[in-house]
Amino acid sequence: MSARALINVPKTAKRGDVIEIKTLISHVMETGYRHGTNGQGIPRDIITSFSCKYNGEEIFGTQLYPAVAANPFFTFHAVASESGTISFHWVGDNGFEVTEEAKIAVE
Amino acid sequence: MQRFENFTRRQFLGLAGGAAMSGAIPIVTLRPAAATPETLASAISNVVGAAMVRTGKVKMDVPPLVENGNTVPLTVSVSNPMTSSDYVKSIHVFNEKNPQPNVISVQLGSRAGKAEVATRIRLATTQKLTAIAEMSDGTCWSDTQEVVVTLAACLEDLQP
Repeated sequence: MSARALINVPKTAKRGDVIEIKTLISHVMETGYRHGTNGQGIPRDIITSFSCKYNGEEIFGTQLYPAVAANPFFTFHAVASESGTISFHWVGDNGFEVTEEAKIAVE
Repeated sequence: MQRFENFTRRQFLGLAGGAAMSGAIPIVTLRPAAATPETLASAISNVVGAAMVRTGKVKMDVPPLVENGNTVPLTVSVSNPMTSSDYVKSIHVFNEKNPQPNVISVQLGSRAGKAEVATRIRLATTQKLTAIAEMSDGTCWSDTQEVVVTLAACLEDLQP
């Protein structure tokens, strides 16, 4: 399953600065509580968890419930401790899995 | 047959109707329309355990009146230095009247630098939101906001 993810991480930062990270991924986040035109319930299809790792160490983790709006969006923060890779991982129903990466240079 | 002699027609119909009603109730409750206060309380106690939840430190930023419950911007911030010895471990958001009491759970650490998270949520109807933050020392702090929703989430018609 393909999904478009947008990630906003500053390219460079000063050591020790708190940087803001924004992520957005396209996903319907079908709650499982709605009914289709034929009266049949629409099965749940949501992203269940999202995590962010800074050079392999988890700095932000979250569990999502159907109450999260479609195209889940997150803004959170991290301390720019060293240059490296910030990776993002979404996992959801029906085998949904997306991994993205961003590089950051810390001076 | 002796037992049924005092049974009037009215009593019989009343009983039969009651039985039919009780038979119908499980069908109705298969899909809860709203998280009851009990499910909300149990969802909160699942997270905080025996710890006492105090009001303060947490600030939930959510518009007091929203037109569309499908996307409600929500920001939760906690006043905390976020050092390696004193940081926010997790933030949980609960609602009162969506089908499920949980909205989102977030795990943070000292490397987060700032205890602030923003996202967008769905609200089924006008209701109260509660955010609970668990600190590294085990204490729990909360904030509650009421949101008025004029168009609810999940109820719009689907296009064929």
